[in-house]
Amino acid sequence: MYDAPSLERNVDQKEIKFSARNVQVYYGDTHAIKDVTVEIEDNTVTAFIGPSGCGKSTFLRCLNRMNDTIDVCRVEGDIRLDGEDIYDKRVDPVQLRAKVGMVFQKPNPFPKSIYDNVAYGPRIHGLARSKAELDEIVETALRRGAIWDEVKDRLDAPGTGLSGGQQQRLCIARAVATAPEVLLMDEPCSALDPIATAQVEELIDELRQSYSVIIVTHSMQQAARVSQKTAFFHLGHLVEFGETGQIFTNPVDERTESYITGRIG
Amino acid sequence: MPATWLVLIVLALSAIGYVLGRQRALQNAGGDSRALHSLPSYYGWHVALMALVPATGLLAVWLIAQPLLVENTIAGQLPDSAIPESSTRSLVMSDVRRVADGLDLAVSQGAMTRDDAATLRSEFTQVRERLAEVGVALGSDVNAAVLSAAQDYRSMSRVGNLMMTIAVLAIAALGFVYALSRTDRDFRARNVVEQGIRALLVAAASVAVLTTLGIVLSLIFNTLEFFKLYSAWDFFFGTTWAPSFGGGSELGVLPLLWGTFYISLIALLVAVPIGLFSAVYLSEYAPGKVRSVAKPLLEVLAGIPTIVYGLFALLTVGPLLVQIFGDDGVGIMQASTAVMTAGLVMGIMLIPFVSSLSDDIINAVPQAMRDGSYGLGATKSETVRQVILPAALPGIVGAILLAASRAIGETMIVVLGAGAAARLSMNPFDAMTTVTAKIVSQLTGDADFASAEALVAFALGMTLFVLTLGLNVFALFIVRKYREQYE
Repeated sequence: MYDAPSLERNVDQKEIKFSARNVQVYYGDTHAIKDVTVEIEDNTVTAFIGPSGCGKSTFLRCLNRMNDTIDVCRVEGDIRLDGEDIYDKRVDPVQLRAKVGMVFQKPNPFPKSIYDNVAYGPRIHGLARSKAELDEIVETALRRGAIWDEVKDRLDAPGTGLSGGQQQRLCIARAVATAPEVLLMDEPCSALDPIATAQVEELIDELRQSYSVIIVTHSMQQAARVSQKTAFFHLGHLVEFGETGQIFTNPVDERTESYITGRIG
Repeated sequence: MPATWLVLIVLALSAIGYVLGRQRALQNAGGDSRALHSLPSYYGWHVALMALVPATGLLAVWLIAQPLLVENTIAGQLPDSAIPESSTRSLVMSDVRRVADGLDLAVSQGAMTRDDAATLRSEFTQVRERLAEVGVALGSDVNAAVLSAAQDYRSMSRVGNLMMTIAVLAIAALGFVYALSRTDRDFRARNVVEQGIRALLVAAASVAVLTTLGIVLSLIFNTLEFFKLYSAWDFFFGTTWAPSFGGGSELGVLPLLWGTFYISLIALLVAVPIGLFSAVYLSEYAPGKVRSVAKPLLEVLAGIPTIVYGLFALLTVGPLLVQIFGDDGVGIMQASTAVMTAGLVMGIMLIPFVSSLSDDIINAVPQAMRDGSYGLGATKSETVRQVILPAALPGIVGAILLAASRAIGETMIVVLGAGAAARLSMNPFDAMTTVTAKIVSQLTGDADFASAEALVAFALGMTLFVLTLGLNVFALFIVRKYREQYE
């Protein structure tokens, strides 16, 4: 069961990866994110939970500036990665996204071979100097994605031919291959069956060793299983943020309690 | 009774059938439409369709079959002596038809009585003069055989028409009564009407297919006719195209095929890059406002008639090219009509085909592909080149092949822009011509339709048909092979 003192000590040792202050997001006239302030730690799995449309995915997409690809979207406030403002004019969003990888709700392998899917990021960022080096990066990433054993004999087969769970792990391997510092996951298991979900969750726990992982999920069990920190969003507000154990057992805000016990949502 | 009246009567019958069918069904259900199997209007439609469809179907078949039948019978009855040495049976038959039509006209204008027309004898009456009075000019005096054949023709047609009227009305009435008698509250009128709708749709689809078949057959028969007059080897492998209507023509298809290929190639070299790039810009880079204005504007290009493009080639592009490449400039272009002129203008014409289709195809690539790529830190152009274009490739290839088919079949731009000289040359600034342009020039004019010089048009058409068919099959193959890879 949850042991408050030991975890608090752990938290103190971890450094802050992302720090967001007073973030506002607008879609045209809609105010989607209202004044969110949050600090996300390194080597931690942080879960964003909340009802549909509460802004958790929008906030996630602010962290790697994916919202830039949407014309009507406007972001205000201050988001810092390792103390550096990511919305500063000098920051290249393309470079930022290489540092902050993303895995999407629906597995979206490219219509290429498994190898080319994983090699895509390293190739465009010039991470490998030779074919051998690229091979190594691909193998490491596939091992990290816990899919190497299943695909090592058919790296030339199209990535789209894999099963749903395998595709999602391939996408995780693809994100890992660019050597990111943070992994954003937008409901990575919502299109998967329970067995594939278990595999991906196990993988997320391993990834915590090397990355800061932020996961958006609709499943509170999943948040409780994989995360150390949980943020509860409601109607664009960050209602409560804290230790996962504390949020689920002893929430401060009554809205959090209502959501967790199933009264709103 | 003329066919128009017949159709109107059948239509009226079916309208009455609608009302009666509906009424009868409602009566049968005691006025409560909920007790019926189908909505009341379905019972009405059932009766209306049963009265209308079989009758009009019979009418259509009869109208096509009767003239053929009558013609054949009369032609068979014509004695050989009635056909002059220099003439043929079909020419005499056209005289017969003309006299018969003339008699009809004379009767309808009151210049002759019906009995007069049927009993007229060429020995006693100047038929030619009497027909001339009502405005039917005949080339020669009407001999006895032709006149009696014409009279037979008229009487057979009259009997046929009478029989047709009776048969059509009988069928309509039968359908009407049968459908009405079946109408009661439990009759599944809705399902029957559904069957009828299905039959209607099948008929529409088969008209399209059968027409294609008819076109192909007419091409094939005329092509075979041509190959009886001219050797196939010389046609397919001859390198000279020099038709002369006096005989001794050389009808080698190679110069024409080369011209077609060369002009299409230049057109595609212009249209594919420009069209594809503008499609990528429109779908990936352009803000919504630009796209909503630019896309329709680009599609306006597709609505310009090709003859206007031809004028543009003749009056603007050609002279411009001559200024640069003509004798005053580079010196490799003799006149403003050249492969390059036609190719460039045709390329401009094809841009909207390529861009509009490619744009739709690129838009159909799932957003998840783009997100995946951007999420890995790829730029827009990297995403387009490495993810979107490969995913959209089958569709784009299809679009390009469609444009190629258009280029091969294009005529007006070639006639005005490329000249009329059929030659085998590598210089894109020479005048050349294409298969389509030559089909036009072989069939327009006073050529005897049975000569090799005219029939060659069908062989050319067949060649073109096989070429574009091959391209389309190839396009289908490509699209099938690579389709839905990103699902």
